[in-house]
Amino acid sequence: MATSSETAMGQGTVRRGLSTALLRVRFFEPASILWVLLILFLLFLVASPFAHLLVVSFEKTGGDGFTLANYVTAYSRSRYLDGLRNSLMLGLATAVVCVAFALPMAWAVSRTNMPAKWLVWGTVLGAFILPPYLTAIGWILLAGPNAGWLNRMWMAITGAESGLFDIYTFTGIVLVIALNAFPYVFLFTKSALDLVSTEMEEAANILGANAWQATWKVTLPLIWPAILGSIIIVFLEAIALFGVPALLGIPARINFVTTQLWEFFGFPLRMEVAAAYSMPLLLITLLLIYAQRLLLSRKGYVSQTGKGGERRPIDIGPWRFVLLGYCTLIGVLAVAAPAYVIVQASFSKAWGRAMSWDNFTVIHYWQILFEQSMTQQAIMNSFMFAAAAAFLAIGLALAIAYLVTRRLVPWGNVLAFLCMAPFVIPGIILAIGFYAAYATPPVALYGTATLMILAFAARFLPIAYATSAAGMRSINPEMEEAVRILGGGRLTAIRAVVAPLLKKTLLGGWLLVFIPATRELSAAIFLVGPQTRVMSVLIYDMSEEGNFELVSALGGIILIATSFFVWLGFKLVGRDFMLRGR
Amino acid sequence: MFKLALRNLTKTYGDVTAVNQVTLDIQEGEFVSLLGPSGCGKTTTLRMIAGFIAPTDGIIEMDGQVLSSPKAMMPPERRQMSMIFQSYAIWPNMTVAENVGFGLKLRKLPAEEIKRRTADILEVVHMGQLAGRYPAELSGGQQQRVALARSIVVKPSILLLDEPLSNLDANLREEMRFEIRRLHDEFRITTVYVTHDQGEAMVTSDRIAVMNAGRIEQVDDPYTLYNKPRTRFVAGFIGRTNFLEGRRERDAVVFDGFTLHTDAFAGPAGDGSGAVTLSVRPQSMKLHGNAPGNPDGRCVIQGKVVERAYLGEHWDYGIAPNGSGVQLRVTALPIEVHDVGAAVWVEFDPAQVAVIA
Repeated sequence: MATSSETAMGQGTVRRGLSTALLRVRFFEPASILWVLLILFLLFLVASPFAHLLVVSFEKTGGDGFTLANYVTAYSRSRYLDGLRNSLMLGLATAVVCVAFALPMAWAVSRTNMPAKWLVWGTVLGAFILPPYLTAIGWILLAGPNAGWLNRMWMAITGAESGLFDIYTFTGIVLVIALNAFPYVFLFTKSALDLVSTEMEEAANILGANAWQATWKVTLPLIWPAILGSIIIVFLEAIALFGVPALLGIPARINFVTTQLWEFFGFPLRMEVAAAYSMPLLLITLLLIYAQRLLLSRKGYVSQTGKGGERRPIDIGPWRFVLLGYCTLIGVLAVAAPAYVIVQASFSKAWGRAMSWDNFTVIHYWQILFEQSMTQQAIMNSFMFAAAAAFLAIGLALAIAYLVTRRLVPWGNVLAFLCMAPFVIPGIILAIGFYAAYATPPVALYGTATLMILAFAARFLPIAYATSAAGMRSINPEMEEAVRILGGGRLTAIRAVVAPLLKKTLLGGWLLVFIPATRELSAAIFLVGPQTRVMSVLIYDMSEEGNFELVSALGGIILIATSFFVWLGFKLVGRDFMLRGR
Repeated sequence: MFKLALRNLTKTYGDVTAVNQVTLDIQEGEFVSLLGPSGCGKTTTLRMIAGFIAPTDGIIEMDGQVLSSPKAMMPPERRQMSMIFQSYAIWPNMTVAENVGFGLKLRKLPAEEIKRRTADILEVVHMGQLAGRYPAELSGGQQQRVALARSIVVKPSILLLDEPLSNLDANLREEMRFEIRRLHDEFRITTVYVTHDQGEAMVTSDRIAVMNAGRIEQVDDPYTLYNKPRTRFVAGFIGRTNFLEGRRERDAVVFDGFTLHTDAFAGPAGDGSGAVTLSVRPQSMKLHGNAPGNPDGRCVIQGKVVERAYLGEHWDYGIAPNGSGVQLRVTALPIEVHDVGAAVWVEFDPAQVAVIA
């Protein structure tokens, strides 16, 4: 036995020395090439635009040479500094208003016996379906000075000379954004409230606190981290938003970071200054996301029991109708009223006139869908770009999630980080990075569909990645190993087992990318060319011209399409599909 | 030539050595178990054989061909092996028949043959009627049978099993270990079986490799392993035993308070210093209420019952030899009743005493 094994070992050593290189070639897995290509593509999609943004901010106009002049220019004029200050104020004010809107709603739904809770869910869903720029257009129709519906009603009732409301103000902008962004606060706060068990409040009751005191002294402190976390999200959404500040702020001559960046991209093009000017936005975003992670990682603070414990709704007596009234009011302001006036305007010959049969027309839809080639092309573009971007993002995200969860490559964490990075880069800054990296020569993708698709894919890659990674973690690696030991390669395992098991997850992820990509504005507006205009950009352009009937019809198409795909998601994936990936 | 040969197989993760210089030869058609406590490196060894883990050092050969070395590793899909996983890894998106036929499909066999062989093997594991079911509609035991069928149907060069019974309840586990042995007797597939359960290993295996802290302590057939353990770990891990530590003095071994004559038991070893450890199984000793006559040639020591417990199938006695701090654990038939405090004589069977160091 000893001799035979020594001989075998001797032979082994000889063979090993001779044929290691040969063995490596023979044992090579074809999937490895694919992994390298995917990683390179991820760098191309995420890391390179970001690197270009940084480099360009230090470049002289038109190319080479290091300079700090861009930064001097960007921060030397008071108008530019005003933009910065206004954006920060906007973020803060919006966050405060959102909490005022959403906190009572979350408490009502989670803890009280308020009737008709579906109404709140409907409002939240509606606010997600309405893109911010459509909420803004709705409110222009409602509260534009003099011509707005509310103002005309006011004048008709009181006989006043002028209207009461003006949406083209800082307050108006805050209100519109808050009416669109409050669901973030609602969802965060409600899920935190769901984790506070009734027993914690009862423990306070038994020591002599009444319901009001228990809520104020026990429940509220417990959900405080969640509220702060959602404030940060809303703040970041507000300062990175382009549509609302552009539609309402530019006519009112209120400057914000995003509209100022847009101005730098006008004529003459000052991309280098824009890059320099976008740095504070980027830094603030990075810092706040980091702060939010810290805040929410202290989990034990939010839920002491983890399983949530038993919860009984608090009986708040007649107050429940007051609360219901408040929720209804917000539902009307956020969804019902703007959606109604948009739909109404889209079917009117003139939106300012009252709803009547002789004012009714479908000519705007007819024009958009069948006559104007520009709108036809924009609608096609929106859906094609969004679909292509969704496939790209999901495909890449799944592959990277696979590499990371199966630990196939070293530095998997870096890959995961790169996939999630666009989440902390505002869309508008991502667009500038893409412009710097790929719009100009030598790549020269400006005006191509490719550029739009790549930008959308990069922008929504985090959603795709979060969905895919969660899906991958739910699959036992032994499922694939069973394929491999029976003679199937890695790609066979993915095709025959992983993909079928992830079907629902992938469909959900695809829709979660597709839906926002069909209506994306802030990245698109920087990257569109004459042939690659999309619906959102067209809406912005046409509303500048004041053609609100056509704008509304286009908005109506977005609303119908979005509602359809959300319904499809509910139907095929499940009721919680909108909440995944967030 | 051996079917499978592991040569100085080693796997380290950072500072931790999971598998340490493991060398093992397995014959064609043999059933070998890797037995050991959790964390002993047995699953890592199995996964290196399968090709899921690359060795840090050493090589794996099958039929004389190198499969794995630190420099190059054949991917699992080309090894012609099959494996049964702890979770069974039955694919939930395929029916029972599709699961079983998958490996045959990968081998590009004609559809006719796939169908026939799938049906045959499902009969063998008594799953014929359930061919059209999805895994979610099967019990744990049925899933286990599907996993067995799926890995046997491809006629693998080597079958690997990774704690396949640990997710089953006790009764089913008992049944399935005999089932696994039955299938091995029928198909004679070279098999490596990983388990922490000595009963499973002893029922199924031709030979058992006992592993501890990344090393193989002893490889032997179940009978030898139990009766002639070579290390303290093996003696303690397989069954219950008494360890007696003593010193060799001329023709006797002197323990704390009593002496046994060396010529009584075979194969006295020792490292020259004279220290000796014996392993004596509780049921290998016999208790007498009176001094047995004619003690010549037998080892008998006198002691006292200090505790006892009746377990139905046997008595469990704790015996303290006179003048000794040692306590012996002795099992006896239900009819052999001795009261606590009573004087007893313990008779050793020299053939059943193992010298372990």
